[in-house]
Amino acid sequence: MSKITQIEGKAIPIEGNDIDTDRIIPARYLKEITFTNMGQYPFYDERFDAEGKPKGHPFDLPLFQGANILIVNQNFGCGSSREHAPQALMRWGIRAIIGESFAEIFAGNCTMLGIPTATVNHGEMMKLQTLVKEQPQMKFMLDLEKKTLLAEEKEYLQFDIHESKRNALVNGTWDSTGLLLANAAKTAEVAKKLPYVSGF
Amino acid sequence: MAKGTLYNKVWDRHVVDHLPTGQYQLFIGLHLIHEVTSPQAFDMIGEKGLKIAYPLRTFATVDHIVPTQSQARPFADAEAEMMMGAIEKNVSKFGVKFFDFKSGNQGIVHIVGPEMGLTQPGMTIACGDSHTSTHGAFGTLAFGIGTSQVRDVLATQCLAMDALKVRRVNVNGKLKPGVTAKDVTLFVIQKLGVKGGIGYAYEYGGSVFDAMTMEERMTVCNMAIEGGARVGYVNPDQTTFDYLKGRPQSPSGDKWEKALAYWKSVASDKDAIYDDVVNFDAADIEPIVTWGITPDQSVGVNDKLPDVATFSADEAKTVELAYKHMDLKPGAPIKGTPIDVAFIGSCTNGRISDLREAAKVAKGRHVAKTVRAFVVPGSQKVKLEAEKEGLHKIFTEAGFEWREAGCSMCLAMNPDKLKGREISASSSNRNFIGRQGSKDGRTMLMSPAMVAAAAIEGKITDVREVLK
Repeated sequence: MSKITQIEGKAIPIEGNDIDTDRIIPARYLKEITFTNMGQYPFYDERFDAEGKPKGHPFDLPLFQGANILIVNQNFGCGSSREHAPQALMRWGIRAIIGESFAEIFAGNCTMLGIPTATVNHGEMMKLQTLVKEQPQMKFMLDLEKKTLLAEEKEYLQFDIHESKRNALVNGTWDSTGLLLANAAKTAEVAKKLPYVSGF
Repeated sequence: MAKGTLYNKVWDRHVVDHLPTGQYQLFIGLHLIHEVTSPQAFDMIGEKGLKIAYPLRTFATVDHIVPTQSQARPFADAEAEMMMGAIEKNVSKFGVKFFDFKSGNQGIVHIVGPEMGLTQPGMTIACGDSHTSTHGAFGTLAFGIGTSQVRDVLATQCLAMDALKVRRVNVNGKLKPGVTAKDVTLFVIQKLGVKGGIGYAYEYGGSVFDAMTMEERMTVCNMAIEGGARVGYVNPDQTTFDYLKGRPQSPSGDKWEKALAYWKSVASDKDAIYDDVVNFDAADIEPIVTWGITPDQSVGVNDKLPDVATFSADEAKTVELAYKHMDLKPGAPIKGTPIDVAFIGSCTNGRISDLREAAKVAKGRHVAKTVRAFVVPGSQKVKLEAEKEGLHKIFTEAGFEWREAGCSMCLAMNPDKLKGREISASSSNRNFIGRQGSKDGRTMLMSPAMVAAAAIEGKITDVREVLK
């Protein structure tokens, strides 16, 4: 599995606190039994009117096309545990998310897909959002080893990221199945000691 | 750091390893799956040539996409039928026990686990659904997970997890008449906010939770996630043990005593240390109604809608969006807000005691002409019990539709949806924009008795006045 240490690209801002996963991907798209088409649906109901015409959402504005670093506010991804939400963002092109805070399950799902969820404080976020809106062509680089965001190759800010998530990404162990499988014997020992596993 | 809590004890007993990433490998004692978040996980297992490590520790049912007017196959919705076909194929291929329609045990996964006796104190539980926190009512650590994690549990019976902090949420005193578990959980969310629980497990304690039935505790823990807490739990006690006695999957005979010893051992110590403690007075809680687009945007039924100026500049944006979406005005009373749809059901409030409370309100009254009202039992067993007690007759005579078991209009993945700008009084758990199937639809959350009262009056009503 690949090590994820640096993510370079343009940023795209989605403003607002408490943006839930129903807004990121409406439940009707969860009826598909694969994630294949999810890239067509992120923020669908906020992007398109009843006739399917774009309403000018950042995901459809020409100046943000090709962006891969999503900039959000607080408690992003709250609500439903649907992995379809980060899958939809990833398949649209998002490779990293910077926010003020993330809902727990959403952040875990992102890590499983190799998407870092970096956090900055409110003041820094206000500055960053303004910068991205004013200069959408700005090239950023998220450096997970130094926990630094560069703007046009100059250090712009230091971010936080949960240390275990950062380790998983930079060491290439974010898809955890392999790590867990390697401990099959230890798992069996733990199971054996749990009274309910053997039916008491 | 928390010490001596149920969280610490159950966590420690299930840790397999401290992983090189810094995460912990945690053994999962019970894995529950449903049709929506499992097909991709089974595909990944197949693609990677993996096996299911502990097939006897996974149980399946169907709930999210099932139609509630008729469960006859094939479903009218081709996508739902395909999804149903996928879980049938997967459980048979991988040897997973399946509570399907024929079993008589089908229902919402968080209602089926407890009623079958699968959910027991001191377990770790995972399910690809955020409302897995419901099972915490039994003194378990129950996590909502994504599909890649469903794959991990299938392949290894483990999850890679970060440890949480533990916040003790005390509610002491006596609840006023007409105030329910739903109001308690909405109150806690109103006070601590939808982000307040990020990074925490909530331990609910105090005389209010001690006095609650298991079904009430499930309603409380169900909505821990709406306050940002991935895990919520109540320590197991005699109420828990009495509920479990005699359930199909509960231990019996001489095993019962051994189980009791384990269950009692995991409860938080009297001198346990918490990362945080908050205290609330039961007397401050009124029947609560949400007015916005997040579950913390709520007021007591006799209160007025809050002024935007009472929120921080930062929160004001969400509040303004909420008022715009809901088409409600700051300063207006919430009581009297007209509704179009009334929905009683969901993993929050679709159990037999919820239906009994709603039926008390419906009995001898009639749904307002302007309202489309329906009751969706949480499981086939709940439906059967309700029919035995004659609740279905009370509901249908009052003008409510009586449906088959499923998640229904909590998330509207089946044909039960709001239309256009309809506004619903709903006993479910989320008032998010678009949640109930129409992007312009509006949701007001409240207890099942309050939904029934709103259905009868055609508007938001204090249920205590209806019952007077």
